[in-house]
Amino acid sequence: MTTLENEPQALTELETQWVSKFMDETTLFLGPDPEIMRSHTIAERSVYEDACIAKGVDRLTVERIRKRIAGALDEGYEMCEAQGAAPGAKWGDLTTAIYTGAGDVSYLSCHGVIAFSAILHHPIRYIMKYWKDEPTVGIHEGDGFIHNDARFGNVHNTDQSMIMPIMRDGEIIAWVAATIHEGENGACEPGGMPSGSETAFDDGLRMSPFKIVERGHLRRDLLTFLQHSVRDPKLQLADLKVKIGSVRRIMERVDAVIDEVGVEAFVAALRVTVEDVDTEVRRRISELPDGTVSFNQFMDSTLKENILIKLACKIHIKGDKMTVDLRGTGPEILNRAINSPLCSVKSMMMQAILAFWWPDLPRCTSAMSCIEIISDEGTWADASYDAPMGQSLQASFRGFSMMQALYGKMQFSTPDKYSNVVANWFNQINTFLWGGITQHGDTVGNLCADLNGMPGGAKPFKDGEDAVSPLFCAMADTAEQEVMEEEVPFMQLVSKRLVRDNMGFGKFTGGMGYEMIVASEGTPHWGFMTVTSGSKFSSIYGMFGGYGCGTYPLATVKGVNVYDAIRKDPSKFDLSMEKVMNEQPFEGGKYSTQHMGLQFDVAKDGELYMISQGAGGGYGDPLERDPESVVKDVELGRIGAEVARDIFAVAYDADTFRLDSECTAELRAQARKDRLERGRPYQQFVDSWVTEEPPADLRYYGSWGDETDELTATVFEIDGPRRVKATIDKMPIIMIPDRREVKIAELEARVAELETKHGETVRRRA
Amino acid sequence: MTEYLLIDLDTERWVCRVCAHDLGDARGNYKPGTLVYDRDPREIHQPILDPDRYEFTFSPDPTYCRILEFYCPGCATQLETEYVPPGHPPTVDMVWDIDALRKQWEKRGTDPEAVFAYGPGEDAQKYTAHHQATGHIR
Repeated sequence: MTTLENEPQALTELETQWVSKFMDETTLFLGPDPEIMRSHTIAERSVYEDACIAKGVDRLTVERIRKRIAGALDEGYEMCEAQGAAPGAKWGDLTTAIYTGAGDVSYLSCHGVIAFSAILHHPIRYIMKYWKDEPTVGIHEGDGFIHNDARFGNVHNTDQSMIMPIMRDGEIIAWVAATIHEGENGACEPGGMPSGSETAFDDGLRMSPFKIVERGHLRRDLLTFLQHSVRDPKLQLADLKVKIGSVRRIMERVDAVIDEVGVEAFVAALRVTVEDVDTEVRRRISELPDGTVSFNQFMDSTLKENILIKLACKIHIKGDKMTVDLRGTGPEILNRAINSPLCSVKSMMMQAILAFWWPDLPRCTSAMSCIEIISDEGTWADASYDAPMGQSLQASFRGFSMMQALYGKMQFSTPDKYSNVVANWFNQINTFLWGGITQHGDTVGNLCADLNGMPGGAKPFKDGEDAVSPLFCAMADTAEQEVMEEEVPFMQLVSKRLVRDNMGFGKFTGGMGYEMIVASEGTPHWGFMTVTSGSKFSSIYGMFGGYGCGTYPLATVKGVNVYDAIRKDPSKFDLSMEKVMNEQPFEGGKYSTQHMGLQFDVAKDGELYMISQGAGGGYGDPLERDPESVVKDVELGRIGAEVARDIFAVAYDADTFRLDSECTAELRAQARKDRLERGRPYQQFVDSWVTEEPPADLRYYGSWGDETDELTATVFEIDGPRRVKATIDKMPIIMIPDRREVKIAELEARVAELETKHGETVRRRA
Repeated sequence: MTEYLLIDLDTERWVCRVCAHDLGDARGNYKPGTLVYDRDPREIHQPILDPDRYEFTFSPDPTYCRILEFYCPGCATQLETEYVPPGHPPTVDMVWDIDALRKQWEKRGTDPEAVFAYGPGEDAQKYTAHHQATGHIR
């Protein structure tokens, strides 16, 4: 590496003052404000809120206001769901919420994606800090602000919010917002979650919070700009109107509440709710045992090539204080889409807290306010401003998983539980994204609802539910595929067919996932994408002796039109990934597998794309599973005979599916004996197992072990890849070479090798 | 503390909840008291697609992923599993403050095993009671 000796010249005190004055007076542009973006703590009680509360808080009135607000928010939610044009809206991937004047979420709709609203205090605070007193902007009654850029506070750039102030006597007393997963956003690939983004500018629309509704009127000039910037202008317009309508309806209901109880009681109720939850959370933390729990996750893909990148998490509890420490997490990769801003990771931590830790709390973001979070900026879970974030869910969903997994250990011994002990939910959005020209001539880009079919984790007393709901939204739907087929030019030839053995094994098994097989037809231009990891390294793990999920391939059959083949011979319409790939029934087709990061791939008529949903984590030792349940699973085809024998050690009659109890007892006794024989004492095992660094040919990113401040990474220099170990502040920029160039270089080397081997002399000009 | 591990506050030892085997000093990591096995993940997550023909088969790649299985040396119960890259140090997944834990339970004045529940709702109680009646849950 070339080192330049150009230390800046030190400034005198006077010169420093000049520079500061100049910088204060001359703002080039207003980017995300670190003071706003790094904080998830609730605002101090305002003077007005204090005065409202000082007048007396009647608890029954507060409760009545909360219920009325909850009703209003649910009404707004249902309006978005019923009227929204985005596929995500139709399936419930949205939220409505009400915020205090300072922007803290006081209440969320009972349905929907908690994370969407749990993050909007960032843009609201930005609006208050920069636009409220800005003469060219200002905030007035009837105004509405839009934003989508995760850098300013969003889960990811597919989601768009409409944020409107509630004002009385010219003062902002609260905010109402609706957020929908809109999908298409003009990114480098259709659908809004580009796995192929290599710069922040590939991520699509970068809307910092700005005013698009001016005193009740949608600004046509800005609307036109947005429509011009995305592939689906109809969607952009329709859902803007839907969100405005929804927010206004909520505000009408709020007006009625205020008319009834008065402004002061209303403001007090919002603030008291935020403070109540903050107090209760501290109390609940103090119920947990003091100590430290740790959880490491390893992600196997940049979505363009396989690597291994770590997300490290330690949670410390002492009294009523909790600290989440993410140090040890791998560095950001500056030309890949997997990076996430910390706010997005935090929003998914909030999702875990409000949906899986303490679901009985008012849905209010002060639930995380008192939890300290330690994170190094420049890691893939706390990415810098310049990093692409097209598929930020890769880091943020693991933020959810770490909280869910560790809470199992934190809460297990507590006598008063607020939620069931549960193993990890599946954490990947295994679904097809798509884009192109429809049978109706429209240009579109979006995704299938199958992302919502995530299987649930096992509980200590019950198997996890199959394909039940996404980790981010308890009530989301997987939709009717037939309805979608009226709008888009492809069919799901196989939809929601469970894949054998696809569960987290354990005493209680994790929920199962289903497969999806799609093929387009009758379109001049169409393509599919997939945007997930977990094809080489399982993406979720089991709990207390249970196993995690398997790994998931993308399988394709290209170069043959299966519709033609099926029309000619309908008996071939008997499809599953296993059958198609292992029996290869379509002559002339090219059968291949790859990891689950597929950039927009042009799909010709009848070419097959096949993927599977994942599985929930298993709970407890599989040898403790009820043998009758194992036999039943075999009979139903949920597991194969090998799994019943190898993992559960169960014997049965293969014709009648009757359990052989005696033989099962023998098999299980033998299995335990085998464990004692093959298991090695821990220290002896560690001495031979642990290596100084990752395997040489593994591109690994993150701390190697938990007892080091240094991260291990492979950087790419003029003479090729080089492994480095450094603290995050000294870590070189990591840019991974274009995989096609890497492949070409490999092939050229192989050609040269073969030419040498066969004595062939070929003259090539450079 | 988990399905299979408890801390005896009198002796300050980790103990197996199944067979009462002593697993070591409760002020530290319980794993040094266990037996460990490096499992090829393909044996657990068995391939659905033909591994001779395809790189991606539903089975984890053993050069990326190994499953560490932690067994109780007394009863061979699988206490924990851990998915790690080959050679990565096992995670010290929990270390508790024993003094604080003792105070917490003294203040509660109850027997931890007697007041234990998997969850708050009727659902958890109903299923737990059913499995306890059949001997499937302790």
